[in-house]
Amino acid sequence: MTELIIEVSRWAIPLVLFFIPLYGHLRGVPVYETFVAGAEDGFKVAVKIIPFLVGMLVAIGVFRASGAMDLFARALNPVLHLIGVPGEVLPLAIMRPLSGGGALGIAAELIGNYGPDSFIGRLASVMQGSTDTTFYVLTVYFGSVGVRRYRYALALGLLADISSLIAAIVICRLMFG
Amino acid sequence: MVNIIWLLMLLAGIIVAGFNGHIEVVTKASLEAAQTAVNLAFELIGLMAMWLGLLKIAEEAGLVALLARLLRPFTRYLFPEIPRDHPAIGSIIMNLSANILGLGNAATPFGLKAMQELQTLNPRPGEATPAMCTFLGLNTGCLTLIPATIIGIRAAASSTDPTIIVGPTILATGFSMITAVVGDRLLRRFYNGRRG
Repeated sequence: MTELIIEVSRWAIPLVLFFIPLYGHLRGVPVYETFVAGAEDGFKVAVKIIPFLVGMLVAIGVFRASGAMDLFARALNPVLHLIGVPGEVLPLAIMRPLSGGGALGIAAELIGNYGPDSFIGRLASVMQGSTDTTFYVLTVYFGSVGVRRYRYALALGLLADISSLIAAIVICRLMFG
Repeated sequence: MVNIIWLLMLLAGIIVAGFNGHIEVVTKASLEAAQTAVNLAFELIGLMAMWLGLLKIAEEAGLVALLARLLRPFTRYLFPEIPRDHPAIGSIIMNLSANILGLGNAATPFGLKAMQELQTLNPRPGEATPAMCTFLGLNTGCLTLIPATIIGIRAAASSTDPTIIVGPTILATGFSMITAVVGDRLLRRFYNGRRG
């Protein structure tokens, strides 16, 4: 199983790069010219999201580096302990919607410290694999088109994150004890 | 909501740093984060260019339209306000497929393309449309079949079974995707009601 999945991820992008241009060519598309025309947009979009990213990452950076995030995690700890969430994974749960790289670092640390086959290690793996960096996604996606008022998108994104978090905990409890 | 969260993170961070007597952390963290943001955007340029180029070929070849036709029953239900053959549908499908297959670096360019196309349907350009909110909800709550990164980390930490977490991940993300769809329906109603 592990081998299969690793092979699939090794081959995925080469296969896409092989298949799409070949199919385009067979359908009479001038592939190189079309590729370049599509690629043109990359620069514009990336530059447009800079102010949004700076704003979001500065707030997250200050919140995290100052220790306020850890304090927040410790304040939440007793509440979550009541519903069976081990305190060790709490920083991961809080970091996950804020920063993908930061969360991956915490998950790797938990897996390293407790072992990949421990309950904590498995729970951290499932949590990392099943939630998304909501703040980053919202910042980048809305930023790229200049939308500043998010309506209910943030609430919905966080709802999705919280539900996958709870599902991860419940499922890991049932499967891994 | 985003204004309040942004302000709270910033103020709480500064107050905590001040109380702990290491206020200089704030200066360092904020300047570094600003630099990181620009680096991230620059890394995105090449990635965006490559995937958008491929997407254009797929569009011209009719592949995207084919996918959009196959999945029309779902997209009609989820995005009732997007016109039938609008290009936004194709980009949304490409983005969600990339997410489901765990191809994170392809998902962002497709997602940004989808946002551009959704923006052409937006009557108030500074404000998110319901379709955008639905799309972002699906995106963050997306079903994941292959959590490749974390499997790699588990394998590197010499786990006896690195992929044991695949089943639970599929279940958890399936659940969150259902929650996102249901939550979206409820929030849409609430917001429409509030606006009259």
